Amino acid sequence: MVAGWFAGDGEDFRLLGTRCSACTSVFFPREDSHCRNPGCPGGDLEEVPLSRRGHVWSFTDGRYRPPSPYVSDPELPWEPYTLIAVELPSERLVVLGQAAPGVTVADLAVGMEVEVVPGVLHEDAGTTWTTWQWRPTEVTA
Amino acid sequence: MTQDVAVLGAGMHPWGKWGRSFVEYGAAAARAALADAGLEWRDIGSIVGADTVRGGYPGYVAGATFAKALGWQGARVASVYAACASGAQAVNTARAQILSGLADVVLVVGADAAPKGFFRPAGGDRPDDPDWLRFRVLGATNPTYFGLYARRRMAVHGETPEDYAQVKVKNSAWGALNPYARYRKPVTAEEVAASAVVADPLRLLDICATSDGGAALVLAGLEFARRHGVTNPVRIRAVSTVTPRYPNTVLDLPDIATDSAVAVQPAAHTFRESIAHAAYEEAGIGPEDLSFAEVYDLSTALELQWYEDLGLCGEGEAVKLLREGATAVGGRIPVNASGGLASFGEAVPAQAIAQVCELTWQLRDAAGDRQVDGARVGIAANQGLFGHGSAVVAVR
Ligand SMILES: [Zn+2]
Repeated sequence: MVAGWFAGDGEDFRLLGTRCSACTSVFFPREDSHCRNPGCPGGDLEEVPLSRRGHVWSFTDGRYRPPSPYVSDPELPWEPYTLIAVELPSERLVVLGQAAPGVTVADLAVGMEVEVVPGVLHEDAGTTWTTWQWRPTEVTA
Repeated sequence: MTQDVAVLGAGMHPWGKWGRSFVEYGAAAARAALADAGLEWRDIGSIVGADTVRGGYPGYVAGATFAKALGWQGARVASVYAACASGAQAVNTARAQILSGLADVVLVVGADAAPKGFFRPAGGDRPDDPDWLRFRVLGATNPTYFGLYARRRMAVHGETPEDYAQVKVKNSAWGALNPYARYRKPVTAEEVAASAVVADPLRLLDICATSDGGAALVLAGLEFARRHGVTNPVRIRAVSTVTPRYPNTVLDLPDIATDSAVAVQPAAHTFRESIAHAAYEEAGIGPEDLSFAEVYDLSTALELQWYEDLGLCGEGEAVKLLREGATAVGGRIPVNASGGLASFGEAVPAQAIAQVCELTWQLRDAAGDRQVDGARVGIAANQGLFGHGSAVVAVR
C-alpha cells in the first residue's frame, strides 16, 4: 500500500529513503517533493538505501488488537506483536517497525543490534502485503 | 513581553462516558464559565471553539456550533484545530483578539464525545496521512508510542514500572477530590500492577482513557475586567504554540521515523522542552518561579518526561523528584493537582482548556481539598499530534 519504501530479497533487502543532493539530509519515509531542512536551498531528492543494521532505541508491544486501518482477522485470537524503534547510525535517524515473528519484548534490550528483514504484514486469498521487520542479529546464526 | 489577559470565568462539564453530544458538554461548560464570570452570553463579543473531528460536520465548526446552541447573537466566531493543542490555540486566538482590540471579552469552548477504545484515524484509504499510515503499516496505536517512551526512560534513567505506578497513585488521589474528574477513586500501586499490560511496560492504569467532557473560559482585557469590577483577576501571561525545529530527533506520534540529524545538528532543546521554554520566555519567568504545573499525562511515564522538559529538574532526575514527593500534595512543585488525564481521560479539544480552568481555580485559592498552598504562578503544558506545542502560563 506504500510504494518504494523498501526493495530487494534476503540479504539484499533494504529500506529506501531519499537524500537531498544539496544538504545530504536523509528522509524516511521517502520525501520526494521538497527537502524539509529549513536551512537548505533545496536540492534533488535521490533514492538511497538505508543501513541494514542499527541499534534498538526502544521497543514495546501491542497486547490489544489495534483498530482499522490495521488489518487483522477478528475471527482469530489476537497475537501480540512487538514494535522496535531502531537508530540507524550513519543516517542518524530512528525508524519504527514491527519485529520479525517470534521476537518478543523479552528478547530485546535498548542498544541491541538489529537488522532489517523482509516480512509479511498480512495476506488474504488474493494478495500478500509485504513490509519490513526488525530482527536481532544474534538470532540469524 | 506581551500584555496579560484576564480569566473572568472558568467552567466544565463533568468528564466521563455520558453518551451525549459534544455540543451539550460544550454548552454546559460555557454556561458555567459565563455564570462564573457574572456575564450573560449576550455580553460576549467573540466565541472561539476548539474543534473535534469526532463529532461529524458540526465538530469541524465548533465555534459556530456552540454559538448556535447558546443562541445566535451575532458574536465574532472562530474554530480552531490543533489536535491535543486545540484548546490552547483557542485560548491563544481569543488572547490575540483581545490584545489587538478586536474583542473585549471572548468565550473559549472545547468539548468532545470520544470514541470507545483506541483513538483511530478517519476512514478511507489515505496513505498521504501519517496518522493513517502508522496504523495501517505498523498497527502503532497511541499507547504503543507511550510504551516506547517508557521503555527508553527505563533503559536510560533506570526508572521502573513501580515508579510509573506511583504517578497514577498520586494523580488518582487528587482526582478523587475533583468533582469534574471521571475517576473519583484513589488507586493503589497494587491495582496498577494487577491491571493488564497494554503496551509493554505500561498497563491499563498507566494509560489515560478516552472520555467525554467539556471546558470553557471567559477571557477579557484587563480594562474590561476592571470595568466589570474585577481588580485582581487570574491573568494569562503567556501562551506558547511552537512547532518542532528540524531535525526533530525524538520519535513522536504519529511518525514512523524521526528526522535525520546527518546534515543539521539538533537544537539545544527537544521539541517538548522548547514548548515550555517559549512560554517561560514570553512570561518572563523560569521554572523556579512556578508554584505548580498541569501536564499532559497521557501515560504515567510521560508525566515524568514533562518534569524534565519543564525544567523542574535536570535530565534523568524526574524519578528522584517523584520519589521524594516534590510533585505530590504538599511538595515543592505539585504536578497535576487536578488529577490529570489519569483522572479525567482524554476529551481532546477540551483538555488544554480544562488545564487552564485548573490553573484558574488554583490561583484563585478556590480548588478546595486539592488546593496548592500559596499558588501564585502555574503552567499548563501539552503537545498536539502533528507538531503542535502548547503551554499556558497563568499568574495571580
Ligand atoms: Zn536539503
